[in-house]
Amino acid sequence: MRVLQIVETAYRATLEEQDDTVLWFTQALRSVSASVDVLLWGTAVSYAVRGQSATGFRVGRWSQQHPPAIEREIVELIESGARIAALEEDLAERGIASESLIAGIEVLSRKSLGGLFGQYARIWKW
Amino acid sequence: MSQTTLTFLLMDAPYEQTRTSTAFRLIDCALRGGFSVQVFAYEGAVSLPFARQRGHANAQHGRTVDEEAHPTPHAWVSALFELAKERGVTFDWVNCGLCVDERGATDVVPGVRRGAPGDFWKMALHSANTLVIPTR
Repeated sequence: MRVLQIVETAYRATLEEQDDTVLWFTQALRSVSASVDVLLWGTAVSYAVRGQSATGFRVGRWSQQHPPAIEREIVELIESGARIAALEEDLAERGIASESLIAGIEVLSRKSLGGLFGQYARIWKW
Repeated sequence: MSQTTLTFLLMDAPYEQTRTSTAFRLIDCALRGGFSVQVFAYEGAVSLPFARQRGHANAQHGRTVDEEAHPTPHAWVSALFELAKERGVTFDWVNCGLCVDERGATDVVPGVRRGAPGDFWKMALHSANTLVIPTR
């Protein structure tokens, strides 16, 4: 069964969780041989950008040792064979140029979504 | 009686938005309709069956704790187990274990199991369909 996970909300509790909860969940599913791909949509297209850093979070004397590393999560998913795509129009709305994207991310237009969805048995939109 | 199984993934913590009560309505309808249901609770949703939720009196409503009969989601979870038993269908609720640990929500109502995303995948593979209801 092929599944497409659509991630729409970026940076939801990523500092507390030390990752994105949907990307983490996707990695966990793939680790049990599930065929799961990811479409970044809405604010989550920001995850496609190279060179982000979430270091430096401090509260009083407490400082975070292991901040989320979204770029690494995306790269690991791609290296595991997952298809990771981002919506072209949502990238354009945010001024994210194709040169700034993590290597291996597909850019898909909104009009291609019907064909994309047809390739999957389940679409789970988060 | 239908042998069809439906899976729901819930993510929201209790008492924050309307998606939780809507999800419980959907699950209630499915069980009443003779469908078996599997629930995977992820992140804040693991607090739904947390057994230490307590009702409270409400001075603005002018009601005592007994009169107020404040809704607690753990009672809804238990009610779904009872409904499934009455209808002769299966109801399963799995809490994401790591999410439970993060929140200390280990004290849950009877019937709730601890699991992992792999359990959700098995649920989805053995279901006619799966509805993910995420946090927004």
